[in-house]
Amino acid sequence: MAHDPKSLSNRAAVIGVGNTAYGSFPETDEYGLAAEAFRNALEDSGIDKSEVDGLVTCRIPSYARMGEVLGIDPRWSVTLPPHGRMSGIGIIEAALAVATGQARTVALLYSNIGRSRRVNYGGDEMASIWDPWGFTSPGASHAMMFRSHMARFGTTTRQLAEVSVAIRHHACINPDAVMKKPFTIDEHEASRPIALPLRLLDYCLINDGAVCVLITSPERARDGRKPPVMISGFGGRDSFSKSAMSNFDQDMWYNEVKVAGAEATAMSGFGTKDVQALMAYDNFSPTVLFSLEGLGFCPRGESGRFVEGGTLRVGNKLPTNTDGGHLSNSYMQGWALNVEAVRQIRGECGARQVADCDVVQYVQATPCTRSIIYSRG
Amino acid sequence: MSYGTSSPAPKGPAGSAPTSGYNKPLPDITPLTKGFWDNAKQHRLAMQVCTQCSDVHFPASPVCPKCLSAAQEWRPVSGRGTLESWVEFHRAYWPGFADDLPYRVCLVRLDEGPLLVSNLVGEQAAIGSAVEVVFEDVTDEVTLPKFQIVKETP
Repeated sequence: MAHDPKSLSNRAAVIGVGNTAYGSFPETDEYGLAAEAFRNALEDSGIDKSEVDGLVTCRIPSYARMGEVLGIDPRWSVTLPPHGRMSGIGIIEAALAVATGQARTVALLYSNIGRSRRVNYGGDEMASIWDPWGFTSPGASHAMMFRSHMARFGTTTRQLAEVSVAIRHHACINPDAVMKKPFTIDEHEASRPIALPLRLLDYCLINDGAVCVLITSPERARDGRKPPVMISGFGGRDSFSKSAMSNFDQDMWYNEVKVAGAEATAMSGFGTKDVQALMAYDNFSPTVLFSLEGLGFCPRGESGRFVEGGTLRVGNKLPTNTDGGHLSNSYMQGWALNVEAVRQIRGECGARQVADCDVVQYVQATPCTRSIIYSRG
Repeated sequence: MSYGTSSPAPKGPAGSAPTSGYNKPLPDITPLTKGFWDNAKQHRLAMQVCTQCSDVHFPASPVCPKCLSAAQEWRPVSGRGTLESWVEFHRAYWPGFADDLPYRVCLVRLDEGPLLVSNLVGEQAAIGSAVEVVFEDVTDEVTLPKFQIVKETP
C-alpha cells in the first residue's frame, strides 16, 4: 500500500505540558512526581482527566500502579524502558495513536528519581562485557566517539566547550533550571576530568523530576487553554546491529540523524532553514555536535567551527537547548526538551524566548535516533 | 561476579585462586563466551566465525548476525588491528581500578573486522596506528587480551 508520509503531518498536537520542580526529592517516588507533572499538564491544557484515554509511561516501575495512582483506565497504553532515547519514540507513537483514532488524548508520563537513588551510570549497575578492561558508563562511550571526531576532523575540546557554555547560559536565564552558575571556556577546560577527552562540564546532570505531555487531535487542541502546537513531522532510524558498546556508534549516528531529520522535514514541509530553535539530546556535549552535522545545520566535520562564538545561544544563529538541556536544566532524558519546544512556540519562555518562534526541531542522536518538528498551530 | 545483576563489590568467581588478590571485574564465562576465554588462556585471540557464511563477529551470538545460521565456532584470528580511539578514565567505577587512575581504554578494529574494547599496553599511540594483541594472565582462570603498538620491523 502506497503511503504518503505527509498524510501524518499535523494530525496530532500538544494540548498541554507539565513538569515538577527539578532537584532532589527523596521524600517522594516516581509515582508522586509523575502525578504532580500530570496535574500540572491538565491545568495547562484546560482539559479534564476523564478525557485521557491513552497512557505512555517511561521510567516508571509499574504502568498499572501509575494508572491506579491517577485513577485512569486507558483504552490504549504503551510502556517504555528507562532509556532517554524513548522520549522521541513515545511522542511519535502517541501521535500515531491519535492520528489513527486509537486514542483521543494521550498522557505521556516520565519520571526519574535517579538522584535520590544515587544512580552512578557505570560499574556493576551497568554491567557489560567490557568490564574486565575497565570500560564502563555512557560518558566513556561518548568520550570514545569525540576522540574519533577530534582525530578525523580536527575538532577541539575548546570548541566542544562552546556547547556546554551556551547551554549553561540558557539555564542561567531559566528560573526552573538546576544549574545557575555560568562558566567560561577556560573553566570548562579546567573542570574535573572524568573520561578524557570529556570533563565534568560535558556530562549531564542527575536529578529527580517528572514531565507530562498531553497529545490530542489538532481540532481538540484548538479548544485548549493554550495555543495548540502541531506535531508536523517526525522520522527515525535505529542502529542496533553494532551494539556491543552501548551508547556508541563509530560514525556518531551521522547517517541515522541525517535520515531521521530528512524524514521529519519532508513530512513537515519545513526545511532546516525554517527551524528557529533546536532541541538536541545532550546527555553529553558531543551529541549536540553530532546532531548539528547529521541534520545539516553545518557540513560534516565542521560542527566545532560552527558552534564557535556562541552560535547556539538565544539571540544568535541557532538557539539550542534553550531551557538549559540535560547539561544544565534537568536530566529528563529528552522529555523536558520536547516540553521546551512547545513552550518556545507558545511564546512562554521569558528571558530565553526565541523571537517569533514558529518552528522547533527536536533530535536524539542515540541508538534509537528520532527527530520531531513542532510548529505553531 | 556475574553480569546483568546489581551485585555489590566484585569478587572472584568461586574456585579462583585465593592468593591472586585480583580485585577488578572478571568476565562472566558462559557456554556462549567460553570459546573466547579458553582461547585467551592459551594466548590466542579467537573470534566467533559462522561455518555457513564465514562471517567473523564479536561479541558471541547464538546465531550468525549475517545469515542466522546456528553453526558457529571459535577460530583464532591474526591478533592485528588498528587503533580507532581511546579514552582516559579519571574516575574508578570499581574499587579495583582506583589505584590505576588515570587508566586508558582503547578501541581496536581487528584486521578481520570486529571492534574490540581493550587496554593499550605501553606507550600511547596515535589513532590509526597498527596494534597487535598481547596477553595478561590476571587469575588462574582468566587471561585478558590487550594490545600494543606494532614495532617497526627491521
